[in-house]
Amino acid sequence: MSTLEIKGLQVAVATENGFTDILRGVDLTIKSGETHAIMGPNGSGKSTLAYSIAGHPKYTITGGSVTLDGVDVLAMSVDERAKAGLFLAMQYPVEVPGVSVTNFLRTAATAIRGEAPKVRTWVGEVKEAMAALNMDSNFAERSVNEGFSGGEKKRHEILQLELLKPKIAILDETDSGLDVDALRIVSEGVNRVKANSDLGIMLITHYTRILRYIKPDFVHVFAAGKIVEEGGPELADKLEEKGYAEYTTA
Amino acid sequence: MSTLTSNYLAPTGREEAWRFTPLARTGGLLDSAVALESVNSIELRTSLAGVNLSVKTASDLPAISISEDSATIRARDFISEVTHIEIAKDANLSEPIILERRGLNGKPQASRTLITLGVNSHATLILVNTGNAILADEIEFDLASGSNLTFVSLQEWDSKAIHLGRQHAVVGKDATFNSIVVTVGGSLVRLLPTVDYSGPGSSADLQGLYFATDGQHLEHRLFVNHNVPNAKSRVNYKGALAGDKAHTVWIGDVYIRANAEGTDTYELNRNLLLSDGARADSVPNLEIETGEIVGAGHASTTGRFDDEQLFYLSSRGIPAELARRLVIRGFFAEIIGKIKSEEIENRLMDRIDSELAKVGA
Repeated sequence: MSTLEIKGLQVAVATENGFTDILRGVDLTIKSGETHAIMGPNGSGKSTLAYSIAGHPKYTITGGSVTLDGVDVLAMSVDERAKAGLFLAMQYPVEVPGVSVTNFLRTAATAIRGEAPKVRTWVGEVKEAMAALNMDSNFAERSVNEGFSGGEKKRHEILQLELLKPKIAILDETDSGLDVDALRIVSEGVNRVKANSDLGIMLITHYTRILRYIKPDFVHVFAAGKIVEEGGPELADKLEEKGYAEYTTA
Repeated sequence: MSTLTSNYLAPTGREEAWRFTPLARTGGLLDSAVALESVNSIELRTSLAGVNLSVKTASDLPAISISEDSATIRARDFISEVTHIEIAKDANLSEPIILERRGLNGKPQASRTLITLGVNSHATLILVNTGNAILADEIEFDLASGSNLTFVSLQEWDSKAIHLGRQHAVVGKDATFNSIVVTVGGSLVRLLPTVDYSGPGSSADLQGLYFATDGQHLEHRLFVNHNVPNAKSRVNYKGALAGDKAHTVWIGDVYIRANAEGTDTYELNRNLLLSDGARADSVPNLEIETGEIVGAGHASTTGRFDDEQLFYLSSRGIPAELARRLVIRGFFAEIIGKIKSEEIENRLMDRIDSELAKVGA
């Protein structure tokens, strides 16, 4: 049982004119087995929340705290956060030319698990996870994200989720750029990991579409850098109907 | 030994060809007052059927090409003997032929080698440059029609070595010349991989990799002379720099002459700056005298390490130092993979890793 606790989190980014505040006091607690949907208009700071928790150097924490099972996440380096059990599925996964998917996955798994996975079981594990995500086996020999289609990139993110087995996963707009079939495959992947590992999920999305496949326990509306409304799945239905207008004009 | 140096004019540094080179560090190779010792510096690691190595007097085996390069002109003045490596007609050598240096003594020396490929022969030659040297070196390649040569030149010199070299190919009808130049060692290395064509349908693929650390000057000046119709050329050089006063120079000259209709050429240079205080000069030049070509283009980029790549890998638990190594290995993998030798690949990658560790990049 793990708990990610975000308290009063304030984050700024450096711009030409000094720092600009993006997050203005975010409070959110995610426990194992829970799925929290973070929904909000573009530019509300949803992705900043995701990247700040993962430790992207672009963002400066100006206040508040983030802890995982009571341990200060903000004091950790990026790789330490991953080793502690956090995972960020990125909206725009980065291309790393010349580094094969195979090499990357094995290096990451070795780092996370603290020892190199046994070759025999590892190969099978990767194959099985790839097959479950409808990924061609030649995928493993390609360079990380290089020349991948949008759908391939997202599948590759979920493949890592399956193999790295984090405690808490942040899925940043994993639904963007996916057609219906890819959305279903990716969502099934997330649900499979959750079923097998009691994963806690922060699901960041602009649209309600993905919530038909990944059922949230809690829905949080994000606007102007903080959570402005919270509720159960029914809140998503309301957003589907009425949009974000009432939150952005306030 | 000839001492005829009357045609030789030492460069001053104001010449276009020498403006990037620290002349004070050329070890006397360009100094009119210094005599160069002629040395037959290339030998075969093992003898092989279809490959013949012989030593001939310079007058019996004159150069097959004209060079305007001062270091080459000067070397030729002193060369008394030439090493001749011949690949027999129709020979199809699947195993790479390893060439090593010998007789280099760290004093100013000059060496000339001619490598000829018989009609329809196929071979891969790997020249391993190690140890200390102050060497003005010329290697010419004469590719008969239909032949195919892959020549790998590894500059793994000791840190004090000085190497001024010309590697010039004359590519015959329907012949293919693949050059892979890897420069990681030496204090000053200035190489001129150049190509002429002697028949149509010919092709040249020039790949290179260089990695300069503290104080190293690594210079590669390429020239592809499209002087026949329907020839193809590709150039792809990738460099990384780390540490104070690391300096690389890449010049890519492509000349498409009026008669070179149907030319297809593209050249690319990419540089990765890993720390402050390093400098990469990159100058592609394309001169075109005919519009009747298939394609001609070039690109040059010099950039810093991509922090987004580092973040992506780190966010998967990979420590920053290992992530950097992975990215740099990945950057070079495209070139090193073409050598098709796991032993050399591992050796070069290990060397790059250890140089990186040394400069703390």
